[in-house]
Parts: sequence; C-alpha cells; structure tokens
Amino acid sequence: MAGKDGDRMKIVVSIKQVPDTTEVRIDPKTNTLIRDNVPSIINPDDMNAIEAALQLKDKNPGSEVTLVCMGPTQADVALREGLAMGADRAILITDRAFGGSDTWATSNVIATVIQELDYDVVFCGRQAIDGDTAQVGPQIAERLDIPQVTYISNIEQKSEDTFVVQRKTEDGYFEVEVKTPCLFTCIKELNTPRYPHMRGIMEAFEDDDNVERWTNDKLNIPAEMIGLRSSPTRVKRTFVPEQKKAGIVIPDANEEEVKKVFEDLKLKHYI
Amino acid sequence: MNTKLYIKDLEEIKLDDYKNVWVIAEQRDGEILTNVYELLNEGRKLADDLKVELVALLIGNNIKDQAEDLIFHGADKVILLDNPVFENYTTDAYTEATSQMIEKYKPEIVLVGATTIGRDLGPRVAARVNAGLTADCTSLEIDDETRELKQTRPAFGGNLMATIITPNHRPQMATVRPGVFLKALEDKSKKGEILEENVEISEEDLRTKVINVVKETKQKVDLPSAQVIVAGGRGLGNSDNFKIIEELADAADGVVGASRAAVDAGWITSDHQVGQTGTSVRPVLYIACGISGAIQHLAGMQESDCIVAINKNADAPIMKVADYAIVGDLFQVVPMLIELFNNEKAKKE
Ligand SMILES: Cc1cc2nc3c(=O)[nH]c(=O)nc-3n(C[C@H](O)[C@H](O)[C@H](O)COP(=O)(O)OP(=O)(O)OC[C@H]3O[C@@H](n4cnc5c(N)ncnc54)[C@H](O)[C@@H]3O)c2cc1C
Ligand SMILES: Nc1ncnc2c1ncn2[C@@H]1O[C@H](COP(=O)(O)O)[C@@H](O)[C@H]1O
Repeated sequence: MAGKDGDRMKIVVSIKQVPDTTEVRIDPKTNTLIRDNVPSIINPDDMNAIEAALQLKDKNPGSEVTLVCMGPTQADVALREGLAMGADRAILITDRAFGGSDTWATSNVIATVIQELDYDVVFCGRQAIDGDTAQVGPQIAERLDIPQVTYISNIEQKSEDTFVVQRKTEDGYFEVEVKTPCLFTCIKELNTPRYPHMRGIMEAFEDDDNVERWTNDKLNIPAEMIGLRSSPTRVKRTFVPEQKKAGIVIPDANEEEVKKVFEDLKLKHYI
Repeated sequence: MNTKLYIKDLEEIKLDDYKNVWVIAEQRDGEILTNVYELLNEGRKLADDLKVELVALLIGNNIKDQAEDLIFHGADKVILLDNPVFENYTTDAYTEATSQMIEKYKPEIVLVGATTIGRDLGPRVAARVNAGLTADCTSLEIDDETRELKQTRPAFGGNLMATIITPNHRPQMATVRPGVFLKALEDKSKKGEILEENVEISEEDLRTKVINVVKETKQKVDLPSAQVIVAGGRGLGNSDNFKIIEELADAADGVVGASRAAVDAGWITSDHQVGQTGTSVRPVLYIACGISGAIQHLAGMQESDCIVAINKNADAPIMKVADYAIVGDLFQVVPMLIELFNNEKAKKE
C-alpha cells in the first residue's frame, strides 16, 4: 500500500466495453434493438478514469497502472486500447459463470480481482452508457471496505497518501479530503483523455500475451456471489418506448403561420 | 464464505419479514429536496396498493423541524436521525446509518432520489445489506399477484426500456429519476408518528472529510418546476446567438434549457442541460430551437404537455415528437415568437 515504495503508487482502473449507444437503432418492424455493426468502445467516462490514472502516474514516476475489465473475450480490445494509451498491465476477467451478473454480482467479481492486486487508488467511470446505473464503482468500494468519492471533477494530490478532490453536486461541488486506499468515480469534466500514439497501438495489439485472462478457476468466487442466478435483480421484460403521435407540421414557416400556432397554443391553454 | 471481501454471510431471506415502503428524505442545508415530495407521492401509491405504511427516513443535523413536513406530504412515520456527524453528506456516515435502520426495521421497498448524492448512497447501502438496486427508475408499479415491485427504467441511452424485479431479496431498492413523478400535495391536517433513532458514529469513523461546500450557480436553474422551457441547441451556431433563446424565455416567462451539444460547445452552463444526462422536465410548454432531438435529449423532455419544435430539417427526430413542428430558420421564427409573446404580455398589463 501507499508509502511502501516511496512515491510509487499502484493504480487500478476498472473499464467496461460498451456498444456505442449513439449508433444503436431500433428495428421498426420487430421493435428490437439493432446491435449488429454497432461499434464497441471503451465506456466514455472510463476514458476519463484511464486518463486520471495516467496523470497520477506521470506525477509519481515508477507507478503502475493496471486495467481490469470484466466481459466476453472480445472485450480484450478495450484493454488493448487502454494499454496503447499508456497503461502498464491489463486483465480481462472472463468466465461463463460471470454471465448475466447485475451490479451487485459484477462488483463482487471485480472487487475480488482488485483485492488480489496490490492497490492504492482505484478509478472507475461514473456510469456505463449501456446500463447507465453508476452503481458498480460504489459497490466495488463497499466490497473492498475502502472510502469512495463519486462524480469527481478535479483531483489534487496533497501528499503521498492524501488527495483533495472536487465532487460535483447539482448546484456546485464538495471539496473532499481522502486518504489511500480509496476509489474514485470520474466524470467527463475531470480531464481530456489522451490519444494513444502509433507505437503504443502497434505494441498493444501485436502481442497476444499483453492481456492476462483471469477466470473463476483462478478466483474461486463462490457461486452464490456471481452470475445471473445469484443477482438480486432480474430483467422481467424489455420494450421500445412509445413514441408520441406526430403533431401538426408547418412545412414552411412564415409570419402568418407562426401567429396561427401561437393562437392555437393560447386556445389550448398552453400559454 | 471463502472470500476476503467485505460482505456479510448470505442467508436465506424470508420475504415476509419485510414490510412497508420507505423514502429516503434527502436534505441539503437542512432543506428537503423537491424530489423527496415526488418520492412521497409515488411511495404513497405503492404503500396503499400493498396496504402498508409509508415511512420517511430523515438524516441530518438540526432537522427535527422538517419531520412534520414529510408527514404533511404523505408519510405515516418518520424515522429521524439528528446528529452533528450528519451535517454534510458523507458516504460513510449516511451508509452506516441507513443500513442500520434498514436492518432494524426491514422495509420491503426503499426509494432513493437519483441525485448525485442518492446515486452515491444507494449502491453502497444496497451492497452492504445485500439488496437489489434498480437505477434511475421512471416508473414504479406493484404486481397484484406477487406483490413484487416492477421497476421500469431506460437503458441504451433511452432506446430501450427495461422492467426489473427483485424476486428473492429484500428490500427492493430503487433510485428514482427526479422530475419524472408529480409532487405530493400538502395536507396540514395529516397526523403521523416521529421515531427518533440513534446510531453510534463519530467523526473519526469517517474516511472522507468534507472541507468545503461550494455553490457555483448564483441562481439555481429550476428546470424541473418550470411551466415553460425554451431550449436551444447546436442550430444556434454560437454563444452570442444563444441570447435570442434567453430573450424568448424572458418573453414567455420561461426558463432556458439546452441540448448537450450546446452545453459542450460552451454556449451555456451544464445546469441548463435537458435529457438523459441532464435534467428531466415536464413543463406545460417546451419550445425546442435548433435541436435535432437525439434519443438522449428526448428521454428528458418527451413528457412535456406541448412540444413546439423549430428546425430547418423537416426530418429531424424532434419533429416526430413535436405537437407543432415548425419547419424553418430559427433566426426568423424565434423573433416572431418573441414579438407575439411580448404583445400578449403588454395586453395583460
Ligand atoms: C451518454 C450520452 C448522454 C447524452 N445525454 C444527453 C442529454 O442529456 N441531453 C442532450 O441534449 N443530449 C445528450 N447527448 C447528446 C445527444 O446524443 C446529441 O448529440 C445532442 O442532443 C445533439 O444536440 P443538438 O440537437 O443541439 O445538436 P444537433 O444534433 O447538431 O442538431 C442541431 C439541429 O439544429 C438544426 N438547425 C441548424 N441550424 C438551424 C437554424 N438556423 N434554424 C433551425 N434549425 C436549425 C439542425 O437541422 C439540427 O437538427 C448524450 C449523448 C451520449 C452519448
Ligand atoms: N464489466 C465491467 N468491467 C469493468 N468495469 C466495469 C464493468 N461494469 C462497470 N464497470 C465500472 O463501473 C462504472 C460504472 O458502471 P455502471 O454501474 O454499469 O454504470 C464503469 O464506468 C466502470 O468503471
């Protein structure tokens, strides 16, 4: 833990691979989500988490940034992209037994992995754009029994083991002091993620062994803590939200027609 | 359990041991947040459907005088934790207090506002008491047969809705998106019970220290309770042009809203943002100017009573949800509307 190696810090970033939801479309015939050909990306907030970790490493030379990602085999692309940005180590947490986990079960798995690693600081994104829950970060912190600060928009290291961060609220921010080990969830205001450089990309994608694969054979997490069957929440049904009926179209607005709309609004007591 | 994690042994849960609907009554600076009244309104319906009591959990410092207000807005009971250690929100103190109360009283449903603080507290508590938590719900309903809470929420950026249940765990916890439900009405004749509770927590137990609470916005942008919202998007082109949105909002006695594109461009501050990651609104009148109506924007304003969209592009998605889809240049149409609203005002005076 902090202090042991002077200023060198052990930093872990938990990243998720998600479909780019701005590219997700609904099939009007079947009313289902079209997920084919939708590109997979590193969750946007998690890019800020990686950047925060790399900046911390820049300030504390000799530190190590480890990325962890729970997901199917293909999720290793996200980890390689993170390596290309400058992370040192990448672990893909993948096992059939983890499938269908809700946030409660997901955080049990990720926390177990982080527990196996030596760590001072854990960075997460605030929320993942597929589920938008913002729950996994705090739930990892709970399982590790460490303090959390969520929604951080600024971070300052006061000493080897002390941080002062700004955590955003609806109308301003809290300034919070916290000691390592701790977990932060990052929002996009925190920083601007760096681009990977060419050589980084080549290196990250060339070597197959760059990404470690951890399965439950290694982790031995009890069945009652993982997967679909142990998850407290269940998806009962999914459906496409109802679109409102089309209204009145004013095809080529001029003064007269805008006035008509205005009078109509008055008549119907919207004004 | 063979794990080094901080987790209680998982025992078989007896569903019948759990009773009543709870609302976490979030306060800041001793003032109850608006969304708590929304939770009370919705919680009241759920409690009535289940024929159980509605209970509010109020945590803070010097907040005794707020307890009655919660009863006037529908709570049958208020559990009150009043202690200097709760002066500012800290994850540690509030999680410990909430979890202890849940373990003592065993509610079947716990509703939390999906605020920046509710979404810090909710997941941490749910992990500690091993409950299921559904995030950012926009609709809640009791299943008549099973008594289960059906929690509906948007996923994939609002493209898909999911209904989630928590069959074998209790409590069933949900964070609820502010601005989606109507507020409970006040009834000053309503009676209820206030239970004062205590938990042993001291400053030394807190692993985070709040050094400073900073309010950035001079004037809070009150989008959720606005009757009229005039919102601008990328179609405005630059920050100077955004002034005509303010002008129209002024003329219509409304509040200025914005798309994320306008916020990201720096034309207006993020507290004006409407949508999935912004504020959810349901005004009487929503005027969208130069906004395409991406699904994330629609997710936050579709419930408006009347939507007027002004867009050059007749095929923009916003035109499909608009009650009045005005195809045209906003730089011509908005000034016309400003004049019409101003004339109307002059007539009234
Ligand atoms: C995870 C995530 C969360 C998001 N959350 C939100 C959110 O909360 N809120 C939100 O708004 N967005 C959100 N977005 C962004 C959203 O996807 C869109 O990018 C955004 O809403 C687009 O803003 P816009 O409509 O102003 O811009 P554009 O999409 O660029 O639309 C501009 C519109 O203006 C019209 N126009 C241009 N000139 C004129 C003119 N002179 N007169 C009339 N019309 C004109 C154009 O025809 C066009 O339709 C989110 C995105 C992601 C990925
Ligand atoms: N499968 C996953 N693998 C790694 N990190 C995750 C995973 N799911 C969630 N996270 C982390 O938790 C944050 C919040 O995710 P969510 O609770 O799903 O909105 C994300 O931004 C990630 O940092």
